Amino acid sequence: MAGSTDPTVGQPLWLLAELTYQCPLHCVFCYNPTQHARIRDELSTEQWVGVMQQARLLGAAQLGFSGGEPLLRDDLEELVQEAHRLGYYTNLITSGVGLTPARAQRLKDAGLDHVQLSFQDSTKELNDFLSHTKTFDLKQRVAKLIKAHDWPMVMNCVLHRHNLPHVGKIIEMAVALEAEYLELANTQYYGWAWVNRDHLMPTHEELREAEAVVNRFRAEQEGKTGPKTRVLFVVPDYFEERPKACMNGWGSVFLSIAPDGLAMPCHNARDLPGLQLPNVKDTPIAEIWQRSNAFNAFRGDSWMKAPCRSCDERHKDFGGCRCQAFLITGDPTEADPVCSKSPHHEKVVQLVKHAPGKRTIPIVFRSDAESRLLHPDA
Amino acid sequence: MTAALPERPKLSRRFRLQYEEAQTRWVLLYPEGMVQLNGSAAEILKRCDGQRSLSEIVSELEQAFNAQALTPQVQALLEEGQRRGWID
Repeated sequence: MAGSTDPTVGQPLWLLAELTYQCPLHCVFCYNPTQHARIRDELSTEQWVGVMQQARLLGAAQLGFSGGEPLLRDDLEELVQEAHRLGYYTNLITSGVGLTPARAQRLKDAGLDHVQLSFQDSTKELNDFLSHTKTFDLKQRVAKLIKAHDWPMVMNCVLHRHNLPHVGKIIEMAVALEAEYLELANTQYYGWAWVNRDHLMPTHEELREAEAVVNRFRAEQEGKTGPKTRVLFVVPDYFEERPKACMNGWGSVFLSIAPDGLAMPCHNARDLPGLQLPNVKDTPIAEIWQRSNAFNAFRGDSWMKAPCRSCDERHKDFGGCRCQAFLITGDPTEADPVCSKSPHHEKVVQLVKHAPGKRTIPIVFRSDAESRLLHPDA
Repeated sequence: MTAALPERPKLSRRFRLQYEEAQTRWVLLYPEGMVQLNGSAAEILKRCDGQRSLSEIVSELEQAFNAQALTPQVQALLEEGQRRGWID
């Protein structure tokens, strides 16, 4: 039926454009799919422009250019310029590698609105170890470059047991670099982070101490005037009793496009069994968003099983994360086992409890070679 | 404790006020966030240009919308905006 849309389907307000899975860093907690080296056929500039134009018409307003490292695409400036023309609020999510003064100027001229820069730690040793690169000094320079171009800066640091004790120093660094926002993102266990979960998993005590440092900083900021660094503490959901409202609900506001054009309601959905993910190379975004089986698979609550089905919190957390349900229970239609009401909750408790005893296998740095080893026949 | 409102409120350069056709409403865009505004909030914020004073904003709105005694409403929105960093 021409023009007919389901009124219960919302708008894809957030578009995440994962321009490439290639990345100069080798972070052990990367959430990208571990089969990244097997994923080929990146979208062309024209195809990305088509994606942005279609999504904008459907209501997308926030646009993140991510990856991998989006600066590896030499058409980034062109894409930013088109996004700006279309009225998007544009965000570059970067490791900083490749953000030279010349490129920064071109991105500024193209209309880039803000930059999210990742750090791995407040110390050079751990930053460079966890990313398996020498990038700490470079990131400091890039942070200054971002401020010199008057972009609001979000500093992002993924937290785990190695750097949780450094949270105070990480905050100090963000303040010194004049970041408007510091995102302290406790590791979410997907992709490479799932592979390395035992090495990354903190204890309850380490988390409590770090959170106390964050709360002290926030209290100190209360009375202050002038520029502030707002600290976001992404909850470590394995340590919670209730799941996160993942993606604010499946197919609710978030649209992620992978480098090869796969359209996903969540950037980790590639591995979910039984989903036939549509591709923007052959399917219009409106059809993907409104009518594809994949985007409707977990919309609303008719897919839910017990205990979600009759839970009075099901419209608050939407049953949690489908990817986490699949990774831990083997079934993406289960309640997120982070929830204490889930019959599988004990598995999460055990993952946390037994992590320290399972660190005999080496930590795996993300790389093309490791990707092929993990997926030999893909 | 809230700080006093500025004499001539100005929308922070860190926020972008924009009309969204698809949503048929005004929004504030900022790093990783979007505030969906109701009509009156949008009309107030549109006038926060660092030129107009609070009383000028109020009288303009009262005239434009044929309304009276809007001061408390405008003031409340601006205080909220200041708290959330929208207003410089």
